[in-house]
Amino acid sequence: MIELKGLTKLFGKKPVVEDVSVTIESGMITSFIGPNGAGKSTLLSMVSRLLDADTGEVLLDKESVKKWKSSEFSKRVSILKQANHINVRLTVRELVSFGRYPYSKGHLTAEDEKFVDQAIEYMNLTEMQDKFLDELSGGQRQRAFIAMVIAQDTDYILLDEPLNNLDMKHSVQIMKILRKLVDELGKTVVIVLHDINFASVYSDRIVALKNGKLVKNGPTHEIINSDALREIYDMDIPIQEQNGCRICVYFNSHTEAK
Amino acid sequence: MRIWMLIITAVVLSFISLFVGAIDIKPSDLLDWNSDKTQIFLASRVPRLMAIILAGAGMSIAGLIMQSLSRNKFVSPTTAGTLDAAKLGILISMLFFTNVTYTQQIIFSFAFALVGTLIFMQILDRIKFKDVIFVPLIGIMYGNILSSVTTFFAYEADLIQNISAWLMGSFTLVMAGRYELLYISIPAVILAYLYANKFTVAGMGEDFAKNLGLSYKFVLNIGLILVAVIATTVVLTVGVIPFLGLIVPNIVSLYLGDNIRKTIPHTAVLGIVFLLVCDIIGRIIVHPYEIPVNVTVAVIGSVIFLIMLIRGRAYAK
Repeated sequence: MIELKGLTKLFGKKPVVEDVSVTIESGMITSFIGPNGAGKSTLLSMVSRLLDADTGEVLLDKESVKKWKSSEFSKRVSILKQANHINVRLTVRELVSFGRYPYSKGHLTAEDEKFVDQAIEYMNLTEMQDKFLDELSGGQRQRAFIAMVIAQDTDYILLDEPLNNLDMKHSVQIMKILRKLVDELGKTVVIVLHDINFASVYSDRIVALKNGKLVKNGPTHEIINSDALREIYDMDIPIQEQNGCRICVYFNSHTEAK
Repeated sequence: MRIWMLIITAVVLSFISLFVGAIDIKPSDLLDWNSDKTQIFLASRVPRLMAIILAGAGMSIAGLIMQSLSRNKFVSPTTAGTLDAAKLGILISMLFFTNVTYTQQIIFSFAFALVGTLIFMQILDRIKFKDVIFVPLIGIMYGNILSSVTTFFAYEADLIQNISAWLMGSFTLVMAGRYELLYISIPAVILAYLYANKFTVAGMGEDFAKNLGLSYKFVLNIGLILVAVIATTVVLTVGVIPFLGLIVPNIVSLYLGDNIRKTIPHTAVLGIVFLLVCDIIGRIIVHPYEIPVNVTVAVIGSVIFLIMLIRGRAYAK
């Protein structure tokens, strides 16, 4: 269990995240949603100790993240930031092998190789495992990075807008894989999403932020309704049910000019 | 390309290097242990070969480390002010102490190379516009500023001629007793190999490194220290050799990728091969005189660099 307690982050004097307390339940997909500049990515960075909180703390298994040894922490929690700008020429297999770094420090054991093989297979990358990352399409590259995180074998997987720059087909692929990671392998996924409908269809819980403050936090069905969404986005968004999925039809909604 | 092909090429070129020069020495001459030719061979040719090998491998690896840590393919000791800072350090040591010792020069040069590179990395951290070409341009400007400061003080203190001697990368003056400092780069290179995986991870960015539990700042500092050590030893013994740390790692990256554990041996040997070729050419074309190696390296290197710029802009991104 990861607990966020009263997290605040200031950039200069301006709070980008203000007094946010959330408990992240295990074995679920939790989505962070909200308008631009709501502080979603900053919050995720604090959870994964890439950023230090100015006040408040993050607890992993009741212990402050700051007290965790960095090598031990990286066996429990992994984070994938927007990775499209990484221009290092590694093969898919080399990249995935670095996922074992917290365990092996680069000297792969037979067990590490097994994890690497499984992760590559899980992401359907076996055929292209010896290709360089810069020879792959955006969707394949994103899958390679997720394979690395799978090889890292952490209970918690945090992803910062993994669907950025992906087309519909690849976005759906990635979300289905994340769902499988939770349902089949018992992982906990925390994800920053821009598209409300992906959050609605694939996540178990939603944490909604606005101007750095927590506005909503609960199971998906409690958040995906017109009243809650108005509070989050300042938009009147009708909801339509389609095969049991709630779809937010926001494309022609009335928006309040602020 | 296979590593053994590179090694065989390096061995053959080493052999040629040993028997090319103003004085004609044949392998059979070495049978007489006490002859003048054997003495020249041991006092001049062997040290020269060792210096080429150590400088070639060292500068290439220094470039590789810098490109990884700065995450820019066109950053190297010559395009980040490292060598200019080292030169400034030597000058300051000469101004500071009236009878400057070799050790004092080494310490000053090392400290300046380290701080100089650190400042460049700080500048890099702060600029928003990180174009592959823009970053090394800043580095070159920064190096020129350091260099002009050096020239100014050297002019004031009447040391211009000493300064130009370091500018000139050349193996002509390498003789037994004058190049041994270069051996310090051997432990630096070994350490670089041991840290290879860490450099690769750090090269994917601070967030990426932190995710894998690597202490980014520590690895960054180790890398910069290694670069400063190698740059110092090379500047003090051989002088400035341009392009080497720039083009060799890039050629290896093209066919082998950026997994440093894998590319370090190739980078080292290819650096040696490249420098040997340049030095042998410099010794042959105006025989029995010679052209300093930095000239041949600059001519061949700039052509390769241009090709890389034109063809490789897409890949460097």
